[in-house]
Amino acid sequence: MSNIKKFMYVNRRAPYGTIYAWESLEVVLIGAAFEQDVSLAFIDDGVYQLVKGQDTAGIGMKNFSPTYAALGDYEVTKIYVEKESLEERGLTLDDLQHLVWEDEDDDWAEKDSIRLVSCAELAQVFAEQEVMFNF
Amino acid sequence: MPIEVNGKTFETDEEGYLANINEWEPGVAEVMAKEDELELTSEHWDIINFLREYYEEYQIAPAVRVLTKAVSKKLGKDKGNSKYLYGLFPYGPGKQACRYAGLPKPTGCV
Repeated sequence: MSNIKKFMYVNRRAPYGTIYAWESLEVVLIGAAFEQDVSLAFIDDGVYQLVKGQDTAGIGMKNFSPTYAALGDYEVTKIYVEKESLEERGLTLDDLQHLVWEDEDDDWAEKDSIRLVSCAELAQVFAEQEVMFNF
Repeated sequence: MPIEVNGKTFETDEEGYLANINEWEPGVAEVMAKEDELELTSEHWDIINFLREYYEEYQIAPAVRVLTKAVSKKLGKDKGNSKYLYGLFPYGPGKQACRYAGLPKPTGCV
């Protein structure tokens, strides 16, 4: 396909309580079939979506956090997490799932998907995008 | 329409997918396959079991493209291609194999 666009999905909300996080993830997985240049960004309470060890038993909702680990299979390899949002919530990268993708062209080497970026760096990434979705 | 397996009744949705994935047992796949006039071989079971493991780990049924790539990696290139998978599951490896495995319809599958 020659018409590849840069798609950015911005996630700003906590994973449960609203449907936004799951809807975003579903759109990303479905959209992956169109083989575009996809990036995800997690800012504000959106960073909670990637926190590891989630347990939803108490709220009677499906824990969809394991699905983020499948993003690599869907060739979604650029996951930006905003540094300031993590810090404001007392979180570090160690509190998040370790998301990787396998590079077919490099003998299936596992590579990190998460890129920790400052607010200013993320603004630059946003400026390069052609299509933005906000969730 | 509910299906009968060894005297037990399993609820399904309007497209024949199992209503409750946790109720699944191998007999479900056997009965569904018989309705499609398909005999399940160990090659079919490789894919069905693979899908169940994938769901267990990621909580989604993989898209066909993802399935093909993952099968290729796990079971070999001769099996990780759509020709082989469609040969096993003529109604589509995503739809048919996921249904037999008790999984919901793959995300994004129409």
